[in-house]
Amino acid sequence: MRLYLEKRPEHSGAMAIASPFIAVALTLVTGGIIFALLGFNPFSALYLYFIDPLTSLWSIEALLVKAGPLILIGVGLAVGYSANVWNIGAEGQLVAGAVAGSMFPVLFPAWQDPTVLPAILLMGILGGMAWASIPAFLKVRFGASEILSSLMLVYVAQLGLDWLVRGPWRDPKGFNFPKSVEFAGWQVLPVSPDGGVHLGIAFALIAAIVLAVVMAFMLKGFEIRVMGTTPRAGAFSGFSRSRTVWFSFLLSGGLAGLAGICEVAGPIGHLQPGISPGYGFTAIIVAFLGRLNPLGVVVAGLMLALSYLGGEGAQVALGISDKIAHVFQGILLFYILACDTLILYRIRLAIFGRAGARQ
Amino acid sequence: MAAATGDKAKAWLLEASRIVKRFGGLVANDEVTLRVAPGEIHALLGENGAGKSTLVKIIYGSLQPNAGELIWKGEPVAIANPAAARDLGIGMVFQHFSLFEALTVAENIALALAGPYDLAALSERISRVSGEYGLPLVPSAVVADLSVGERQRIEIVRCLLQEPRLLIMDEPTAVLTPQEADQLFITLKRLAGEGCAVLYISHRLEEVKGLCHNATILRHGKVVAEVDPRKETANSLARLMVGGDVHAIKPSHADTAGSTLLCLNGLNLPADGPFGVALKDVHLNVHAGEVVAVAGVAGNGQGELFVALSGERTATPGDAIAMAGSPCAGLGINARRALGAAFVPEERLGHGAVPGFTLSQNVVLTRHSGKDGLATGAFVDYARATRLTEEISRKYDVRKGKPDPEARALSGGNLQKFVMGRELDREPKILIVNQPTWGVDAGAAALIRQALIDLARAGSAVLVISQDLDEIFEIADRIAVISRGELSDAEPAGAMTTERIGLLMAGAHEKARQPVAEAV
Repeated sequence: MRLYLEKRPEHSGAMAIASPFIAVALTLVTGGIIFALLGFNPFSALYLYFIDPLTSLWSIEALLVKAGPLILIGVGLAVGYSANVWNIGAEGQLVAGAVAGSMFPVLFPAWQDPTVLPAILLMGILGGMAWASIPAFLKVRFGASEILSSLMLVYVAQLGLDWLVRGPWRDPKGFNFPKSVEFAGWQVLPVSPDGGVHLGIAFALIAAIVLAVVMAFMLKGFEIRVMGTTPRAGAFSGFSRSRTVWFSFLLSGGLAGLAGICEVAGPIGHLQPGISPGYGFTAIIVAFLGRLNPLGVVVAGLMLALSYLGGEGAQVALGISDKIAHVFQGILLFYILACDTLILYRIRLAIFGRAGARQ
Repeated sequence: MAAATGDKAKAWLLEASRIVKRFGGLVANDEVTLRVAPGEIHALLGENGAGKSTLVKIIYGSLQPNAGELIWKGEPVAIANPAAARDLGIGMVFQHFSLFEALTVAENIALALAGPYDLAALSERISRVSGEYGLPLVPSAVVADLSVGERQRIEIVRCLLQEPRLLIMDEPTAVLTPQEADQLFITLKRLAGEGCAVLYISHRLEEVKGLCHNATILRHGKVVAEVDPRKETANSLARLMVGGDVHAIKPSHADTAGSTLLCLNGLNLPADGPFGVALKDVHLNVHAGEVVAVAGVAGNGQGELFVALSGERTATPGDAIAMAGSPCAGLGINARRALGAAFVPEERLGHGAVPGFTLSQNVVLTRHSGKDGLATGAFVDYARATRLTEEISRKYDVRKGKPDPEARALSGGNLQKFVMGRELDREPKILIVNQPTWGVDAGAAALIRQALIDLARAGSAVLVISQDLDEIFEIADRIAVISRGELSDAEPAGAMTTERIGLLMAGAHEKARQPVAEAV
């Protein structure tokens, strides 16, 4: 018996939709096996992980809070990946945005009027863009792999943040904790009282809708898809590769920066090391699970947010490390990429060797 | 000479019997039977997609049949892979060579031989075999410096070193000058005289008539005829291949040339990378109402000329190229389209069209800009693109399985008709086409060539870059030849002969220009 992978004449629309569902199903099966091996009842463990967080209003709000940055970053990355521009450093751009946006509250705490919040958010976007423009420049000017340069800049940004909050930006009244002064008054993003839902979630939805329109109906979206799959045809169409690289990085960097400053100006309220539980990296999975489609990213963002919440739930109820969330995320990405093969190929089972050629 | 015709007692060298090969729903080979005798030059004829390549790949072991059997010297065999085929004595020269450009001839051949080798002894063997068969090769030459004809010789010699009993040649003359092709025919006849069989795949019917003893003709995966090509005419062979009459092209030639629409005035373009070709001082005028063809052997700067004309690579000074009177060497492709130019590149899939896009999306590719553009403001009018696709498909007979398939699902001929139709539909003042009918079946080729002539007669300037001399003579009013990035003067087609073009392909005009270049 042999398995053949046969190329389809064109890509299968049905499989493009089914693939993420198959991937999720396989992830659940694999997750169940892992729980069983850890000595838990796989069904109740999976229920606790994936269903329980959806049963109370508080946890649904928490889900939205986690999904916001994932979607915001994920849509930007999805557009970039469609253009074949591999920004892996959204986590660093998130940090850079958070730092740039915190500049006003930290350095000019007296600025208290309705204009300060828009200025903070704008600085967040610009900070993310500035950080993203480094790999974009290196790519366009020297042909350096953006995967490596953007990833390495994550650690530079994180260490830079660490230095700031332990050094010059440390809150003098903060009992020596590595954190900046609290954002106050007009500088804080409106947050709902108990669940912590904030404006960042609205930004995420707006970004997803706008980018969905851009990708589906606008020339820019066409350009991105052509450059992503067939750069030579893109040049024939009059598009420029450098422009695509710049656009992708500035867009995804700007959105990551916005996500960063929304976290800091919203639920956290001050600058500190570890402002993100790896949103910038998880958003890579979100982008793929969402089929690089901005609306798909919204669904995928909610799902990955659930994996964070489930991880916390499992830690509390089962006493296992919340790193289980990363395990699930990794398994999921693995299955998505594997299932995507089925979009352009089909599996054929040949039971009698070479179809009876010799009999 | 051992011509094989109908003798049942004959000892066949190779019998491929009732071969079936399916790719999904498509039956590429449907009970195909092919018999080749020792010492026979056997032609395998058929349009694109008729199943020639599939059959040959099965014989060479790179594909496995779903049913049927291969009998080699009377014994049933299973050819699991090309190495097994080579062990049996089957050699193949592919249309696209697999050579390392940075290595020498001897090193390239050594790589293909199994086991350890002694480069000095091998070089000596290469010289001897290549000399014996009239395929002169210098073993120490670096491949990058060799012409396409010489590269093909390496592939042939590589096969000959393994002393094959059957040599498969896939469209060998597609890349050769007429003189190089004649040289190849002498070699093949000599091989056949020594008892080696040759399976010869070609589109060029005159060639097959002159060279082959026997021909098997495939259509839609089935054998439709087995004939002696020497007793057939090119027309009767073409009818068998296509299954109907092939339209004759109206050979009306322009008598009066209109205004100059395309002017190349000393165009220079540096080579793009170590194996690219630089364009040197190219001069050419194409007038309204005429078809000018640029002949030449592959890899002599045709691709570079095309991207320089299309604006995918810009050049200086700005007036090195003028379209419809406007200097445009520094302008991008869409600015040139706005001047009334349209372009059809050689590579349909990946350059002229995006494989994974539907046809209606591919219409947008070249037609989003300009005043009749599909992008109004920042949005793309996909509804109009769909209507345009329908219109183009109808007008240019693009056959497709569903209303709006992905480009990669179309056959080569149909996609070329679409890509061509997309540009013709704009009624361009200047049309620049690279290899308009490369790999396209005879029916589609006739339609495309006629459309090119009709466009010129309607008052446009048409520049065709082609390696197919038959095509060039069919459609061109004037012919120029490109060789190592230098273009000869365009001469009236009536005054050109195959011999003269062959000399120009070999670079006759380069030397003539040498003193001028030095004086500048």
